[in-house]
Amino acid sequence: MKDRELRDKLFNIEHLVPAVFLLLSILAWKFSGLSGTFVINQVLTRFIRDGILVLSLIVPVVAGMGLNFAIIVGAMTAQTALLFVINFQVAGARGIVLVLVLAVLLSVLVGFTIGYVLNRVKGKEMIVTIVIGFLANSIYQLIFLAGFGSFIPVVNKEIILSRGIGVRNAVDLGMYRNTIDKLWLLRLGEIEIPLFMILVVLLFAGILYYLLHTRFGQQVKAVGSGSEKAELAGINVDLLRIKVIVLSTVLAALGQLAYLQNIGMFDVYTAHLNVDIISCAALLAGGASIKSAKIRHALTGIFLFHTLFIVSPQAGQNLFHNAALGEYFRSFVAYGTIAFALVINIKKEEKDQEQG
Amino acid sequence: MREYVRMRNYLKDYLRIYAGNYRIKPPQIIILIFLLTLLILARVLEMDLVILFNESLVKLVMNGVLVLSLLPMLNAGAGMNFGMPVGITGGLVALCISVNFRLTGFTGFFMSLLLSLVVCGLFGWVYGLLLNRVKGREEIAGTFIGFSIIPLMNYFWTLAPFQNRQMLYPIGGQGLRPKISLDPYFSKVLDNFCLLKIGGFDIPLGLFAFYALICLFLYLFFRTRIGRATLAVGENEAFARLSGIDIAKIRLIAIALSTMLAGIGICVYAQSYGFIQLYDEPLSMAFPAISAVLIGGSTGRRAWIFEAVLGTYLLQTIYLLTVPLANEILIPELTEILRTFITYSIILYALLYRNRRGIVH
Repeated sequence: MKDRELRDKLFNIEHLVPAVFLLLSILAWKFSGLSGTFVINQVLTRFIRDGILVLSLIVPVVAGMGLNFAIIVGAMTAQTALLFVINFQVAGARGIVLVLVLAVLLSVLVGFTIGYVLNRVKGKEMIVTIVIGFLANSIYQLIFLAGFGSFIPVVNKEIILSRGIGVRNAVDLGMYRNTIDKLWLLRLGEIEIPLFMILVVLLFAGILYYLLHTRFGQQVKAVGSGSEKAELAGINVDLLRIKVIVLSTVLAALGQLAYLQNIGMFDVYTAHLNVDIISCAALLAGGASIKSAKIRHALTGIFLFHTLFIVSPQAGQNLFHNAALGEYFRSFVAYGTIAFALVINIKKEEKDQEQG
Repeated sequence: MREYVRMRNYLKDYLRIYAGNYRIKPPQIIILIFLLTLLILARVLEMDLVILFNESLVKLVMNGVLVLSLLPMLNAGAGMNFGMPVGITGGLVALCISVNFRLTGFTGFFMSLLLSLVVCGLFGWVYGLLLNRVKGREEIAGTFIGFSIIPLMNYFWTLAPFQNRQMLYPIGGQGLRPKISLDPYFSKVLDNFCLLKIGGFDIPLGLFAFYALICLFLYLFFRTRIGRATLAVGENEAFARLSGIDIAKIRLIAIALSTMLAGIGICVYAQSYGFIQLYDEPLSMAFPAISAVLIGGSTGRRAWIFEAVLGTYLLQTIYLLTVPLANEILIPELTEILRTFITYSIILYALLYRNRRGIVH
């Protein structure tokens, strides 16, 4: 009996998934022949790029709303804020502050709307957030491909297509590129550690950790373990769920800004695509499930998932002489991880219900 | 007697949905207004409406079978089939095998249909087993099962030992092309079969006959014992279980049938389009089909053949009319944006509406 308990404790999904990812990463890294320092540098870059985005997924999971694929909308609000500021040519520190303020304001507004919508579809949040993401993407394209130059006045001619309507595919972020990444850059041999940005990501993680242990966090957990019980305890469930989505969307917007300033090139129509899928897969790779997620899952998940992401194309090239096969492998891993988590968790949920 | 009760219940439902509120649902009103506006604009821009009408008939069947493929799953209570790429890739495998053996004309087309039944039956069975594990959340699980089968099948397209040079990449000779022309094989065999020309109008009678055959098959399926059990499971699972229906088996049959019809659907689509599109192409094919059945008036919990046909025709006509219009105002990308906008807003509306006042349950 005791053996069995021990076995259940060690070999549950929370440990198995990261272990599989670790194994796959090591194997793929061996076959890829890439140097260790290169991979570490790349993974650190990905960590500061995607860290906040992955963290933004945690609170909705804790609140029992599943994976919030609508963080892609948060990413789009950040890009909208950025494009407006670039269009009206607000430069320097004033520009950066304005981008931040606009992004937060917009994402609060959008998050509120999404939260309101999700309150009408309790239990089916995930499929609805996916559709919201797709719909938001077409509205985003409508605004920037057709609206700019026809309804929205264009001040900065450089970002507009030659026909006078629509924003170019790529906008240079030269003035913002790597402004904060290079702060406190630590060099250990060939490994570069952008200490400041790592601390920023960890700071966000700390804030989330603190939030989850305040009264607000207790309420979120109560809602996550069952709406009826929480309602009996006197929590306004609907309002709390809206707050959770607003928090998630704002974090996603800030995360996307960190992402863009790290890349330094802004692909207007593609930069946000797959942000949701990759972040969700990273969170799940760290051992989270659609019912429970902790800060440590997010932090380890980014390392595990992105190591695999970085090395698999090269491994495909070396193993099959075809880099595309490595690419397919990594999109399969991204989608497959989420599909796996969904199938496993929903089954488990049913079992628990039958027992309970 | 039982038939009579079922008909009566259906009529009651129908009246409650339509006559009870004394209105058609808002999305249909919006779609109809939109369609009328587009038609008026087309008239103003002096577009050739006869050609557009001819094209709309072909588009109806081209996409119609894919839309019909949603019905068994919807009516079995397994939700909208967001995992349609499973069936589509199965059909693509069948098409590729036919082309590999250079089968032409009707032989090639019917061979593809036969093969897709086999391949999709297999795929659908596995897919059904997976979906039976996630009862109640089929839609989100289906979405990701559909998404993950695409990269998996990309391996197949790249590595499978196909021999026909016309399908392979011209350089290297390994891996299928993303777009394989069906011109030398069975492009438009159905489209041109019994094509009736009256004045400027081209009525593709062969195509319609095939479509009618599929509709008839579905109609008859829902009247068999298994079909009636499917409807019962979708209507009220607890009640169906009490009356001794094996729910897992019925759902498995419905899901496999949906997958097989999706395979046939892509065969019809490919012969009309004239190309087999591989790799990431099937990824987003489920969404327009789902929105079509919703435009037709389905509640998102059940759907009838008439709704599927009507919805497909409305949606495809709108799609058709947006192309020349977007070109006219010099923003060609607008076509695709408008299409996705319509598609996703309809699906979102249905998801919200369905949960608020679900008609069944």
